[in-house]
Amino acid sequence: MGNDIFVLVEHTQGAVDAGTHELLGKARELAAQSGGRAVACLLHSGARAAADGLAADAVLAVEHPALEHFLPEAYVKAMAALLAEHEPRATLIANTTVGMDVAGGLSARAGVPLVAYCTAIDLDGDELVATSQVFGGKLNAEVAVDGAAICSVVAGSFAPAEGGSPDVQDVAATGLDDLTTSFIARIVPEVSDVDITAEEILVSVGRGIGGEDNIELAQELADALGGVVSASRPVTDGGWLPKARQVGKSGQKVKPKLYIAVGISGAPEHLEGMAEAELIIAINTDENAPIFDVAHYGTTEDLFDVLPALTEQIEAAVSA
Amino acid sequence: MDIVVPMQQTVDLVEELELNDDGTDVEREYLKFVANEWDEQALEEALLLKEATGGTVTVVGIDETDVDGTLFSALAKGADRAVKLGGDFESGVSSHRRAAILAAWLGGESYDLVLVGVQSPEDLDGQTGVILANLLDVAHVSVAIGVQPHEGGVKVSQEFGGGVVQELALSGRAVVGIQAARQAPRYVSISRVRAAMQSGALEEADAADVDASTGTTVRRLYAPESTSHAEMLAGDADDVAARILEIVRERGLVKTGG
Repeated sequence: MGNDIFVLVEHTQGAVDAGTHELLGKARELAAQSGGRAVACLLHSGARAAADGLAADAVLAVEHPALEHFLPEAYVKAMAALLAEHEPRATLIANTTVGMDVAGGLSARAGVPLVAYCTAIDLDGDELVATSQVFGGKLNAEVAVDGAAICSVVAGSFAPAEGGSPDVQDVAATGLDDLTTSFIARIVPEVSDVDITAEEILVSVGRGIGGEDNIELAQELADALGGVVSASRPVTDGGWLPKARQVGKSGQKVKPKLYIAVGISGAPEHLEGMAEAELIIAINTDENAPIFDVAHYGTTEDLFDVLPALTEQIEAAVSA
Repeated sequence: MDIVVPMQQTVDLVEELELNDDGTDVEREYLKFVANEWDEQALEEALLLKEATGGTVTVVGIDETDVDGTLFSALAKGADRAVKLGGDFESGVSSHRRAAILAAWLGGESYDLVLVGVQSPEDLDGQTGVILANLLDVAHVSVAIGVQPHEGGVKVSQEFGGGVVQELALSGRAVVGIQAARQAPRYVSISRVRAAMQSGALEEADAADVDASTGTTVRRLYAPESTSHAEMLAGDADDVAARILEIVRERGLVKTGG
């Protein structure tokens, strides 16, 4: 095991993701502890320029036509080759779509232990100790690994580091010629009628709303407040509201002046999209729901009682 | 197309999560277990794919608390086969061990595609599907929101942040981690589940004895010590509503009125 801390660079044809800078921030800190280097792993096709300015001591740049787009199979194989060659102390990967497709596979291929959903990472002698967010955010696990480790990291866990002039080393790609995965298309969603990222007031509904018919209750409150209705994942997956209304990791990141969370438990994936709202009020009958840890005000009264009462009082106040 | 869907039992997150005596795991003996909700999405997508292409859907679960009900429910929904892999799983199963057991079992099966839930609430050592794919040395796609027939293989829609979707073609055997099926998981009546139970169609086999250490040690589990907690509003719904009105009005978020 060496002392370097590796980071998988996530990018879209050279445009580096914000999460990568957070990982590099942590990698520099860990590298200072381990006496190694912070090393960024850039897998690319014609996007070597993305290495410039990364806050790393070194960049290992692997170039191959199969790395033009994100092909999970290609990424795992390319990263496995880098780990086998360099045996880093730790490898940090963002817990994104890319990360979820790479971290576990890399662990299986390279035989290196993985701690998923990390929000804190420390080195203690030969041990790596990480905090992992499990059971839907209801519990944290303190996990120790003796020796090399891979950590997949929850967004927003570490302060970003940007700017640098790393030593860029080109590495030959191996084993990427016979893949059974191929790229078809990348589809960016069309702008919808409502842009929830631009709204000042969101009444956001979760699984607790119970069904499509009940969304009207939230709509009436949103109308009274002059806001719009947004949702957590189960609601858009159920087809109760359009995908463009989804707040969270795989939806939109929002920062409204007022966010009323209705029947939303507050899974980490949802909190990632709304925790920075200026005022958060949560309505949920489960007093242990994680949403109350980010909300400013909360109630465990039944949403089916609170929503109509609140709508009525706001309408009365507005027309008074 | 012959599709395998591994189904995992996981603690019901709605329940209060009690810890075991040494605080390193949840108390598995007393907690309620339910089917992993993402595996239910994978099953739905598999049934949709089977309806489009023909073939079979086989569900496979290891012998965890109440797995029989999950497997019978899958049969009632339209799965063709259900297999339970027996063994000692009382103290929980890591993703690495689960994947190794599934890989060993799949070695004796004929299949084209494995659809599995993209994650589970307790996959501390990584997601089962991607580990399984790499043990099998087949392709993998995670966070899928649709799998459809495409040129003899399948086309997978993979979701990224902000609603961006990438479409990938898979031409060989593969494992796909399903985030969400193209439609909500279908409902099945209790009477049909009972009928599936009475048919006795559950196949049983021994889980392979695998060497699959995670290399990780859980020192402790604990409820997150949040740096802040919401100020809880007292009273009934009307009192709560009045207080919320007061709060939003103080901040100028209700524009008019006295």
